[in-house]
Amino acid sequence: MTVQKQGTDELLGLDKFTVDEENAHIVLDKTACAVCSDKPCLVVCPAGLYKLNDKGEVLFDYAGCLECGTCRIMCHQLKQWKYPAGTFGVSFRFG
Amino acid sequence: MEDEKFDVIIVGAGPAGSACAYILAREGKSVLMIERGDTAGSKNVTGGRLYTYALELVESNLYKEAILERAVVREQIMMLSDKTGLTMDYFAGTNMEERMPQSYTILRAPFDEWFAGKAEEQGAMIAAGILVDELIEKDGKIVGVKAGGDEMYADLVIAADGVNSSMARQAGLKKEWNGHEVGIGVKEVIELDPETIQQRFNVGPDEGVARAILGGTDSVMGGGCLYTNKDTISLGVVLSPASLAKQERSIADIYQDFKMHPAIYPLIKDGTTVEYSAHLVPENGWNSVPEKLYRDGFLMVGDAAGFVINTGTMIRGIDLAIVSGVAAARAVLKAAASADVGQLYMKELNELQLISTMQLFAGWPQITGLPRMSSVYPDLANEMIGSLFYVDGKLPKRMDKSMLQILRKHVGIGQVLADAWKGFKAL
Repeated sequence: MTVQKQGTDELLGLDKFTVDEENAHIVLDKTACAVCSDKPCLVVCPAGLYKLNDKGEVLFDYAGCLECGTCRIMCHQLKQWKYPAGTFGVSFRFG
Repeated sequence: MEDEKFDVIIVGAGPAGSACAYILAREGKSVLMIERGDTAGSKNVTGGRLYTYALELVESNLYKEAILERAVVREQIMMLSDKTGLTMDYFAGTNMEERMPQSYTILRAPFDEWFAGKAEEQGAMIAAGILVDELIEKDGKIVGVKAGGDEMYADLVIAADGVNSSMARQAGLKKEWNGHEVGIGVKEVIELDPETIQQRFNVGPDEGVARAILGGTDSVMGGGCLYTNKDTISLGVVLSPASLAKQERSIADIYQDFKMHPAIYPLIKDGTTVEYSAHLVPENGWNSVPEKLYRDGFLMVGDAAGFVINTGTMIRGIDLAIVSGVAAARAVLKAAASADVGQLYMKELNELQLISTMQLFAGWPQITGLPRMSSVYPDLANEMIGSLFYVDGKLPKRMDKSMLQILRKHVGIGQVLADAWKGFKAL
C-alpha cells in the first residue's frame, strides 16, 4: 500500500486504544458550548473528535482521544479534563 | 502505609524520570517510578531525535545499548511554497567509529521502554498502568501521592509527568499554558523499507537525516519535521493552537495537505502509515519556565518544567529532560536534609549549564514565531531561488531588479527590516 491522504477516522483506526467505557475523561459543558462563538475545539483537536451536528451543536467522543491536552488549553469551559485512568486510552507502539 | 515510604517517588517514566531513577537507584536510593501507560513510552511522542551527550551524563557508553534508530549525518532545512520546495542539506560526516554521533533519530515507545528497563535493572521499582491522581500534602510539605485508592509516601516527589503536568499545577508552581506557549505536534509514522530510505535520503545503513520544514502549513504558525528511522519515517507538523484558532481549517486537514505536498510526498511514497499520533510541545523556551521549580518535598523535571529549546535548527527537549533528571538525582544524593534538595537542584541545573543555555536562547521564540515565517518568507525564498533557474528564451530581467521585484511582491521592505531588527534583538 502506498501512503495517501486519510481522514482522522481511518488514521485513528491504526492506533491501539483501550477505551474506558464507564468513564469519560473529558467532559464538555453543553450549555457553555451552545453560546461559544469561537469553538477552537473544531480546529485544534488532532483527532478531529469535536464535530458540529446539523443544528450547530458540538458533538464530542472521548474514544479516539490522543491525550494531547490541546482542548484543555484552548477551551476554558470544559467540565473536566484529565488523563484516562491507568491502562486506558491510547498506547503508541512507535511514538 | 508509612512503612511503604520511598526515598523518592517519580511521576512519569519518560526520559527525565528514567534518567533520574537510574542514577538514584544505582547509588542505592529506594525509588518508585509511577507510569500511567501500560509500558513506559506508550503515551509519548517525539519528532524526533536524541542528542547523545545527555545519555553520557547518566552512564558512559549507555547510548551504545539504547534503542536508537539512525545516526543523523544530514541536517536539512526545507522551505515550501504551494508547489515548490527548497532544501538546504548539510552533510555532517560519517566518521562514526572515531567519534560519538551528535544525535540519533528515535521513536519513543521503544526508547522509553528500554530506558525505564535500564533504571529497573539498577534497582528502581516501576509501577506501570497507574495514573497518579493527586499529591499528598502535610504541613506545607509534599509527602507522597495518591493513585486510585492507594497512598504512597516519599521524602521527595519528582514531577516528570510531561507537558500536561498536573503535578506541577497541583503543587501551585505552574500556571496553565496559553495557546501561544505550546505547539500541537501531529505525526504519522510511515513504514518504508530501509534500502528505499537510504536511497531517497542519500545515507548509508544506520545513517539518517533530520529535516526542519517551514511553510506548507496553510499560513498557520509553526512548521514541519521529517526524521528517518530504521524502517520508518516520522513526518509531522507542530502548529500554534492560537494561530490555528484564528482560521477555519483543522490541524488534521492541514497536516494531510502537508503530507501530500508535491515536494514531500515523493519521500514517503510507497510507504504505509502505521501510526497517527499527537502531543503538545512547549514552544516558548525559558520565558515559560515557572519561576520556581521546587517546593518542600517536590520538584519538576523535563517538559513538566518546560525545558525545551527550539531555534529552528536545534529542537531540544529529550536531552534537556535527561539533563534535568540527572540534576535532580545529583541534588538528592548531595542533600544532607530533604529541605535542601530544591536549592541543590537549581545549583546542579546551573552546573550542567541547562539554565544558562535556555537563557541564551530565550529570545528565539520571537524569531521562530514571526508571523511571516510560516508562509511569506518560505514563498519568497522559493520564488527567488526559482527565478535563478528559470529559462524561457526571452530576455531575462537584470538579476538585482528581478530580486527586488520578487521581494516587493511578497513583503514590504519596511516589514523585512522590522523583522530583521526584531530577530537581531532576540539573539
